[in-house]
Amino acid sequence: MIASLLAQAGDWTSPSIDWAALAPEIVLAIGVNIILLLDLQLAETKKWAIATITGFVLLGSFVAVVVLAVTGDGARSLFDGRYVVDDYALILKALFLLAAYVVVLLSQTELEEGGYYQGEFYVLLVCSVLGMVMMASARDLVSIFVALELLSIPAYMMAAWNKRNRKSNEAGIKYYLLGVFASAVLLYGMSLLFGATGSTKLTDIGAALLDGDLIGLDVVAVVFVVCGFAFKISAVPFHQWAPDTYEGAPTPVTAFFSVATKAAGFVALMSVVFIAFPGADGVYQPLIWVMAALTMTFGNVLALRQTNIVRMLAYSSVSQGGFILMPLAFAGEPGVGPAALNAVIVYLIAYAFMNLGAFAVVIAVTRKTRSGEISSFGGLFSYAPGLAVAMTIFFASLAGIPPLAGWFAKFNAFKAVLDAGTTAAYVLAAIAAVNTVIAAAYYMRVLRVVWMDEAPDGDTSPVKSPAPVVAALAITVLGTIVLGVLPNLIARAGAIDALTGAFAG
Amino acid sequence: MEPLTDQNWLLSVGTFLPLVGVLVMMFIPRSEEATHKLIGIVTAGATLAVGIFTLFAFDYSKAGRLQFFVDAEWIPVINAGYTVGMDGISLPLYILSMAVTFLVMIYSWDNMPDAGNPKAFFILMLILQVGMAGTFMAQDLILFFVFFELVLLPMFFMIGVWGGEQRKYASLKFFLYTMFGSAFMLVAFIALYFQTGATSFGFQHLIEAGAGIDHNVQVWIFAGMFLGFAVKVPMFPFHTWLPDAHTQAPTQGSVILAAILLKLGTYGFVRIAIPMLPEGAVEWAPVIGILAVIGIIYGALGCLAQTDMKRLIAFSSVAHMGFVMLGISTLTTFGINAALFGMVAHGLITGMLFFVAGSVKHRYHTLEIKRLSGMLIQAPRLGWILGFAAMASLGLPGLAGFWGEFPAILSAYSPNFGLSEPLFRTLMVIAAIGTVLAAGYLLWLYQRTAFGEPSEEFSDSHGAGVAHSLSSAANDDDHAHGGIYDVTPIEWIAWTPFLVGIVVLGVYPQLLFKVFNPGVSELVARLGETLG
Repeated sequence: MIASLLAQAGDWTSPSIDWAALAPEIVLAIGVNIILLLDLQLAETKKWAIATITGFVLLGSFVAVVVLAVTGDGARSLFDGRYVVDDYALILKALFLLAAYVVVLLSQTELEEGGYYQGEFYVLLVCSVLGMVMMASARDLVSIFVALELLSIPAYMMAAWNKRNRKSNEAGIKYYLLGVFASAVLLYGMSLLFGATGSTKLTDIGAALLDGDLIGLDVVAVVFVVCGFAFKISAVPFHQWAPDTYEGAPTPVTAFFSVATKAAGFVALMSVVFIAFPGADGVYQPLIWVMAALTMTFGNVLALRQTNIVRMLAYSSVSQGGFILMPLAFAGEPGVGPAALNAVIVYLIAYAFMNLGAFAVVIAVTRKTRSGEISSFGGLFSYAPGLAVAMTIFFASLAGIPPLAGWFAKFNAFKAVLDAGTTAAYVLAAIAAVNTVIAAAYYMRVLRVVWMDEAPDGDTSPVKSPAPVVAALAITVLGTIVLGVLPNLIARAGAIDALTGAFAG
Repeated sequence: MEPLTDQNWLLSVGTFLPLVGVLVMMFIPRSEEATHKLIGIVTAGATLAVGIFTLFAFDYSKAGRLQFFVDAEWIPVINAGYTVGMDGISLPLYILSMAVTFLVMIYSWDNMPDAGNPKAFFILMLILQVGMAGTFMAQDLILFFVFFELVLLPMFFMIGVWGGEQRKYASLKFFLYTMFGSAFMLVAFIALYFQTGATSFGFQHLIEAGAGIDHNVQVWIFAGMFLGFAVKVPMFPFHTWLPDAHTQAPTQGSVILAAILLKLGTYGFVRIAIPMLPEGAVEWAPVIGILAVIGIIYGALGCLAQTDMKRLIAFSSVAHMGFVMLGISTLTTFGINAALFGMVAHGLITGMLFFVAGSVKHRYHTLEIKRLSGMLIQAPRLGWILGFAAMASLGLPGLAGFWGEFPAILSAYSPNFGLSEPLFRTLMVIAAIGTVLAAGYLLWLYQRTAFGEPSEEFSDSHGAGVAHSLSSAANDDDHAHGGIYDVTPIEWIAWTPFLVGIVVLGVYPQLLFKVFNPGVSELVARLGETLG
């Protein structure tokens, strides 16, 4: 038997690999090892250096992405079109790296003061980012799954990072169990899909599903795959893990989950929907329609009742997910596809800035107040006007008020939906419009506390924010305002028909 | 008609100049209160100067055409441009917003609301000014939407931080109502965009292409816009945020709200909803007319029931905006001209009334009508100004209010484009009854507050007040310690332009009508062409 295997191996020739296209991934992979090795060598007092090095690793990878974007002429296709580096992939890679960089800035002080496992944390973080960066390029069910696990497994551990804290442990366990369950569902769907179409390559699956009528097996497979991703993006009714995990996990990790992990889920969903499922739009469209409507409504209604700011942001993040999902419910309508893709990407970018910013403010303020209750933000405007204004910018942007990034994201989502022009589209747009108002209610309620309430227990000593948090705030404030005033910067980035293999027909 | 592009930098400078002041103020510590006030006033004054220059640069012989027109790229991906321009319909409102902001800031020099912090207060007012001016110059739906929404947050904070006891409730109510309207308005805008071929958000394009949309679709899109604008106006039954917001807002907030923000809604009808969706407008006109008249009567009855002076003025706003909407709903040149005039007149008059209310509150520390009396004895000039503004508000001929109300009622006699004459004539009669009620509540208010003997609880401070009224603004701090004093110099500076405006426009209304009319005539003529 070994002989036959060896004989086969003899025929095997290595595919020619476009190493340049893999540069961002390679930088991250090497970076993981460097961080791990350094962590072993460094004395406990010098562990702070690891955060800086992580920042440089992410930056190096970012530079590679930028170089690819500037020099690249068209898409680079690797491994028989199963791993593609196109504009779509590059934009999202850049987004993941930037979000991770902000998370590093936010984590730095938190981890130093907590005083444990800094090295391991950054190793896991970079591993997770590597999974996301791969996800953006994966065009094959297997590589999508590998990327998904690579980004998820470190995340399970990061959720439980405060290991002496019960809630953090609960966060990790819940996230892990539901995440594994979701993986199982996804894997089951993928195996059915492979069985039905005979390929794991997305473009082949797309061709097979377009060819002839769907059979029951195809339908089940599509539903399972979509539901599997729905866990990752915490769409209702697969969202139950999110609030507990978000509340229990360390706040920078929560910021990471709510932005980067979620975006990765959307990226996978988009790749699958646009490349593999054009023939199954009759299946996934109604499914996503219902999920989007439920997600934004439930997320909002539950957010209204929260008294803890992180839990509120968790539910708000669920409901924002509904808005991001909304255009995909019409991705298969004639002519709407590119607009829907554009809308999701634009929303993900805007959302990354404003949500990371919101968490940055929460981190900065809770360093002083040591409380996650919304009421503890009272009087912030009187003793920390800068943070109060930053918070106003982020929350107003999340509520979709121009001229901040969130308005254009929402606008674009509405536009993609109305582009479809069907009754279902108008109904969903109306539901979304009502939801914008509900969302405004809880965002404004927080701002009301920040601006109009007295400081609880009269403590009005100023807040001292560490430099990395200030840097994170600066990046996110700038991004939120600039993208709101000049939305063309991202609108153009999202206006691509370069999701290779999609919209061909 | 081709827009004129001469001096096309003017509008952008005039609109965004306040941001320079905001930037400067951000870098000055909060404790330098006088510096902040000064920078704020200087910035608003410079902005107004640009506005006045615009007023002179404007070619009145071509008031129907867009002037200072810019059409630059902004978000090409969605075909939204930075398209700005100004014609006779926008110009008076644009200048009014600048003047009101400037005067309100002068008033704030020694009338800061209790919460203090001039830095934040003046910055918010400047941002508010950018949003208001921008809304009036925008000639692109997306640009319009951005400016229209930009005013929300500053006003939310002005009411919420510097307002009265119920300020938190009032500010959130204001915010959510407006959000609700504008969410549907945005959906309507996008639907309009797609129905006209998805090529441009520019007003000119949409006006040309909008008429071709299917009748039923027009009606639905109009419904979306109606929600957005009617909340802002506010029309009955969407008016319930207004009395709360007005009553709780600081004086400055009330004045800006009444003078400018409410006009954004009516302006939206005239500028966007009606020209772009002619058939939708004709279908909706009776509804608008009926709701407008309900608003007139309801507002008036509401006024009669109020015990708080500021709340009464707020309800009178509902009634006055009813007249404006009635004028618009007739779709006649006459009616829309009257409505536009009514917008400016209401801005001046109600703004003035809120100023007086603010000053009364400052002196008496109450606005309860039954506790106030004898203002003419204790503070005669203040009392006379209140009387003057009340007369203007009830539509006394010779003052500005008359030219907003009377022609609006008259225009309902023969509505345009086959709208039901019996219906509109009925509305006309009811609206006329509304003016009688207006005279009733305003005179009653005046009688109770200004006539008679000063009530005992305030009579002690009378003597001190006379001395104060003669003193200069330098020792204004004493004012806070009680004493009923008369109009201060700062108040005179802030109020005189309002008073002069009310008289001048009342005596010579043609001053405004001739600016509005070319644009309005063209609008109605275009409606006539498309409706056949």
